[in-house]
Amino acid sequence: MFDGGFLTTQLDKVIGWSRKYSLFQYPFVTACCGMEFMSTACSHYDISRFGAEIPRFSPRQADVLFVVGTISHKLSPVLKRVYDQMCNPKWVVAFGACASTGGFYDNYATVMGIDRILPVDIYIAGCPPRPEAVLDGLLQLQAKVEGRTTGESGLVQTSG
Amino acid sequence: MAPEELIETIRERFGDAVLGSHTAHGDATVVVTPEELRNVCQFARDEPQLRFELLLDVTAVDLSKLPEWETRFELVVHLRSIENVAILRIKVPVGEEDPRVPSVTKIYPAANWFEREVYDMFGIEFDGHPDLRRILLYDEFEGHPLRKDYPFDRQHPLVPLREAWTPGIAWKLEERWGQYARDRGEPPA
Repeated sequence: MFDGGFLTTQLDKVIGWSRKYSLFQYPFVTACCGMEFMSTACSHYDISRFGAEIPRFSPRQADVLFVVGTISHKLSPVLKRVYDQMCNPKWVVAFGACASTGGFYDNYATVMGIDRILPVDIYIAGCPPRPEAVLDGLLQLQAKVEGRTTGESGLVQTSG
Repeated sequence: MAPEELIETIRERFGDAVLGSHTAHGDATVVVTPEELRNVCQFARDEPQLRFELLLDVTAVDLSKLPEWETRFELVVHLRSIENVAILRIKVPVGEEDPRVPSVTKIYPAANWFEREVYDMFGIEFDGHPDLRRILLYDEFEGHPLRKDYPFDRQHPLVPLREAWTPGIAWKLEERWGQYARDRGEPPA
């Protein structure tokens, strides 16, 4: 009756479902995107509706690293260290144009996208992104955490 | 004090050490030799008629992209007199070979970090500075990025760069990065 495969599959689903609704974030905020992050976190947009309302300022207690803003090469060892201190499983969100690609910076000081130094799960576009975009990014991350894949269009496939 | 009077006062005191002068928008500008920079600052600060108590800024200009230039750099010092309501701009020509000027930190302690910034960005060295090292960039950085011959996007990463991966999008580090690495004599990644 309790075939091993059957039980394991169900457990994965339960774990994925519970993880996606209790994402503790580490906000690594360096620039103007932080204002939009605050806006998203506060009551108007209320990120706590999605279970991600608790910022943890210790990387050891965080599940997802929000890199919010421009990262310079001088700062990159700090960011790398914060990432290394986080416990598995862990996810990284590149919040805004600068964290995703370097944005309009093309100079001697700026890291041209944090995926040069960290593996990134979700990129949120915008300069800075609107709170709706942030919430959409969070939902995409939740789908990824739960184990669903994204299609070619980049949209989350909610079935299957 | 009118800017013309200001220039006249400095010219009277320093004579040939003043290489040039002009006024613009109510500010006076004097170009002086590096040897006399400290004396001019001391005079501007202590002379009762002048009393420039406040150092506003120390910066520099790389002139090498201009159609015509003689000395490559120009150090610019801005002084402010609150007492006499005046601004004095002192410029000092700095040569390309061994760019070096005397520090004014003994006269204006506020110049300390400004001079470190000029050293960081232009590589101009200040004789007599108590702590001349980079202030904005990190010690591993090679070169001085505000020099016109510095490639504006040449970077010196502190963390080893990873091959980025994104599902569905295959890309690698840009060609120009490899080019810079080859310029520096590093083996290809």
